[in-house]
Amino acid sequence: MTASSPVPGALRSEIARDGATIVFVARDRLLEAMTWLKETPGEEFDYLVDVTAVEFRDRERPLEVVYFLRSLTRRADIRIKVELSTSDELAVDSVYHLWRGADWLEREVFDMFGITFRGHPDLRRILMWETYAEGYPLRKSFPLRGRFSRAEQVRQALNVNPEANYSLEELSIAEAAGDLPDDMRDRLRRGERGVIPEPPQ
Amino acid sequence: MKHVAETKEVSGQSPNYLVAKFQDLVDWAVNSSRANSLWPMPFGTACCAIEFMATAASRFDFARFGMERQAFSPRQADVLICAGRLPFKLAPVIRRIYDQMPQPKWVISMGACASTGGVFDNYAMVQGIDTIVPVDVYVPGCPPRPEGLLYGILLLHKKIKGESLFDAVKRREELPLDDKGLRLPPETIDEISEPFGNSVHQFRSS
Repeated sequence: MTASSPVPGALRSEIARDGATIVFVARDRLLEAMTWLKETPGEEFDYLVDVTAVEFRDRERPLEVVYFLRSLTRRADIRIKVELSTSDELAVDSVYHLWRGADWLEREVFDMFGITFRGHPDLRRILMWETYAEGYPLRKSFPLRGRFSRAEQVRQALNVNPEANYSLEELSIAEAAGDLPDDMRDRLRRGERGVIPEPPQ
Repeated sequence: MKHVAETKEVSGQSPNYLVAKFQDLVDWAVNSSRANSLWPMPFGTACCAIEFMATAASRFDFARFGMERQAFSPRQADVLICAGRLPFKLAPVIRRIYDQMPQPKWVISMGACASTGGVFDNYAMVQGIDTIVPVDVYVPGCPPRPEGLLYGILLLHKKIKGESLFDAVKRREELPLDDKGLRLPPETIDEISEPFGNSVHQFRSS
């Protein structure tokens, strides 16, 4: 994204440090910029390596959501950052529809930082259990030992049913095999890994 | 001998020496069988599990002490060995595994983290698995060497050999969960979860 940016208004600033290119992108234009980065010939960042977030000790500084992109064909990396002011709503657009790998990565950022990803199909906690009520553990305002007393934490943890999120069919591998698509079942039967199918357009 | 001394007079009659000797004999036979064929249920969550595997493997080989078969099903296990730190998310899991084990059952807490929370004095970690399940032997170390775990297993043998088949109290389902779903009173959990030593200087912030 040069000065004549193909996504107008997206580029905030750009730094190159330690051989890595870091680009700050405006929050509202994130999805357009990401789409451009993925689909433009010559860019082709087809692999989302990681999504994470940073909160700084300086409470004035905004939170940063960081996207690590890699182009497998061009063997190039880029790092995209979006700044989220703490006084504002902590929300960005989800890139799930560009890279399916963003599913669990964004869920983890939501779980640990409380950042909402708009448009994510299944945004719920992934590391902590879903009824976890103490807040977002990696925020600077979160006390190291949690907000509740140890007894209360033990009580809440023990009252979680670890199987509550699964149907009986999901708990049984033999029965779940019936739910797989035919071609996948066929490949499993033949012991063949097969190719990863194209995502439905 | 203990049972001879403890045998009470029944309705004015003298203690029945033969019955007591017989009970001792049965206890000896049963306890020796139990102690020398302990089937462990490994619950390995961290680096302690690596030492546990070393203990199970040929160099240290706890099969020498009767733990020939590792039971990966709690229904066929005698001793639950929690090797590694236990996060809160696994607390209901280990509780259910413990509940699924048939009596008689024992628990070994292997390593500093399983016993006390260790260095993980944070929001995600259970501060000692004894807040979740009753523990028979604590093995200290970070992680304990295989000799340490073997010593803990031998201590458990000693404990088992001191039990009595005729003392039903020992084998009651020990402290089931109360109506709140806790094994211990909340004050006790808070107390044993508090850090000790130098780390009392860390305060619960904000």
